[in-house]
Amino acid sequence: MARSKKISVDRRGFLKGAAAGAAGAAAALVARPEAAKAQDAAEVHRPATPTPLPGAKQTAAETTPPPRVDVYTTDRPGSDFMVDVIKTMGFEYVAANPGSSFRGIHESLLNYGGNKAPELITCCHEESSVGMAHGYAKIEGKPMLIMAHGTVGLQHASMAIYNAYADRVPVYIILGNILDGRWRRGDVEWAHSVQDAASMVRDYTKWDDTPVSLGQFAESAVRAYKIAMTPPMEPVVIVADAVLQEEPMPEDERGKLQIPKLTLAQPPAGDYGAVKEAARMLVNAESPLIVAGRVARTPEGIKLLVELAETLQAPVLDRRFRMNFPSPHPLAGSGSVGSADVILGLEVPDMWNTTHTQTPINRMGMESRPITKPGAKIITVFAGDLFGKSNYQDFGRYAEVDLAIAADAEATLPVLIEECKKLVTPDRKSAFEQRGAKLAEVSRRNRERDIEQAAWGWDASPVSTARMAAELWNQLKDEDWSLVSDLTFVSNWPGRLWEFSKPYHFIGGHGAYGVGYGAPAAVGAALANKKHGRISVNIQCDGDLNYAPGVLWTAAHHRIPLLSIMHNNRAYHQELMYVEDMAARARRGVEQAHIGTAITDPNIDYAMMAKAYGMFSEGPIDNPNDLGPAIKRAIEVVKKGEPAMIDLVTQPR
Amino acid sequence: MKKLFLLATFAAATMIPGMSQTHAGDASNGKRLFLRDGCYECHGYAGQGGGAGARIATIALNPQGLIRYVRAPAGQMPAYTDKVITDQELTDIHAYLQTMPKAKPAKDIPLLNALQKN
Repeated sequence: MARSKKISVDRRGFLKGAAAGAAGAAAALVARPEAAKAQDAAEVHRPATPTPLPGAKQTAAETTPPPRVDVYTTDRPGSDFMVDVIKTMGFEYVAANPGSSFRGIHESLLNYGGNKAPELITCCHEESSVGMAHGYAKIEGKPMLIMAHGTVGLQHASMAIYNAYADRVPVYIILGNILDGRWRRGDVEWAHSVQDAASMVRDYTKWDDTPVSLGQFAESAVRAYKIAMTPPMEPVVIVADAVLQEEPMPEDERGKLQIPKLTLAQPPAGDYGAVKEAARMLVNAESPLIVAGRVARTPEGIKLLVELAETLQAPVLDRRFRMNFPSPHPLAGSGSVGSADVILGLEVPDMWNTTHTQTPINRMGMESRPITKPGAKIITVFAGDLFGKSNYQDFGRYAEVDLAIAADAEATLPVLIEECKKLVTPDRKSAFEQRGAKLAEVSRRNRERDIEQAAWGWDASPVSTARMAAELWNQLKDEDWSLVSDLTFVSNWPGRLWEFSKPYHFIGGHGAYGVGYGAPAAVGAALANKKHGRISVNIQCDGDLNYAPGVLWTAAHHRIPLLSIMHNNRAYHQELMYVEDMAARARRGVEQAHIGTAITDPNIDYAMMAKAYGMFSEGPIDNPNDLGPAIKRAIEVVKKGEPAMIDLVTQPR
Repeated sequence: MKKLFLLATFAAATMIPGMSQTHAGDASNGKRLFLRDGCYECHGYAGQGGGAGARIATIALNPQGLIRYVRAPAGQMPAYTDKVITDQELTDIHAYLQTMPKAKPAKDIPLLNALQKN
């Protein structure tokens, strides 16, 4: 639809005119406001004193409203330059639900940018956009770009941004907004405009800016990327003013605008003296324990953690916020906080919770006590000590430790390993080997126990989560697979039965436990896995999917290979258990706990839902013997580059 | 008087303080209560246990042991008073738990046997 744009003198036009004044070049296809030209003329022909009286012609020129000029087209909207900036940062994809406040960038991405690097991913909800970027970053190690309205779109996106923030994941967010009220057309654009768009998420983003010129946009955009990628990594926001997007690039600026070079900051390693002291404590310990939070930023992080653990023959307690440590390793999970004399916490966001217990929900009151043994020493290496905000409380309770190293753990590990090796004497090495042999035996027994436990409920209907994990593993073990969902709600069965070893075998969880993360994060991670030909597997909780199921359409539309297997326990089950707890505390009505928590009557047919979004699906399956063949058929679909879903009716946990 | 005292002593010895006398468990009613009162929520429909609760299929505790535990549990389990679940109801639930099938040895399940060999 052709649009007629009436240009008259305003603040923005005046600024453009002033910037262009010295050059005095006329735009070929861009008309400058007549009033601005008149102003320039007045500047150039500044009269000398004494001032003669103006003639009739001059009086008329200065008092008659200038003729309006209709300008319909431009060859270079400002959004083209914004796309130039975006391209320099190496984004593969941009996820967005379309919005008028960033329509300029949208169009430029397609027609000026060629819809490549980044390629636009159509989302049905802004929470899906950010959730996808969250999952993508944990596979690819760099941010995905998302775009949203600065108002209603950001409101949709906000929970997902908080999840990414709490999970220390970089997400790059561009918000559309119309800063100048005189450029807002009608009530919709007024309702979709805001004074300070980023303020709504400032408590849980690392940095934001609202540039008022294209030059500033370039600088702020590059700065934002650098900040997002410096540990602790976090989401960042750039507000792209719609008028800057849509109006022509000022002719005189076209050859002058520069995009700064992006140089990522090297992650900070720990203070050398402190690292030496940590090494001394660890080598001298009789029962050291390594607790892994979000240690591995890169594949190298896993190798380094293995090297440290093997150097010390120390057990690793993997909190599974990331893929940190190979699950089949004999030092995996074979130690405990209560038996350690030195505990090394690497990027553990809740060290206090790791070392304390609290009165459980089943008792009145609140008491806490340490679970560490008396005299145990605690060392932390934590990038979270370098950055923090106060309003949202994801930082947890203050942890008393003996040596706190404010640094990135992965960057610190090489020096720590080296210092440990220097201190290991033959006697200590011998003691370490004996310790390692005992730990390996504990690890072996743990695995045997887990496998025997998996047999309980093997033939039950609904299907046990252990059976689900075993059936999946049976068909994944010889493939190049990537689990792109969390383990919390399936009793950690894949973690107990599968062999996790590669960096992309696991991506951790929500961050802030904001439900609705699972489905989009899985699709985003699968998008990152796509070019590597990996089979992405998502154990999809039913309650989670129902927040924004449109992401299934995104997966189908963009041909994102992903096997989703529903953990369909037909409830918001954690909350069901909580309400049961509350009823038991109040000594009444435990049989009512399902009200408001169950997702039944009617049961949701997720296979039908997936089909409606254009995805291969099977189910609902409640006979465990039907599961294996269904997985096989679904994997065949995924291998062809398409998503597939199996609706599995499951045990609660 | 002495006879009466002896009777009272005998009665106390056969009852757990604070517990009412119960009849033999009714597994059928126990199944109904297992579902109604939400035991499955943490322990699973098959009593197999999981991340939220222990395995209770073919529970090793006797009925009195189960009652005692449910009134004052350890860990994350909420305490259920006799106002919420009576001793008799717990006895019925106990009877139902005893009917649940035992697990086969993992070596007799091919998928688990394969895991054991790794």
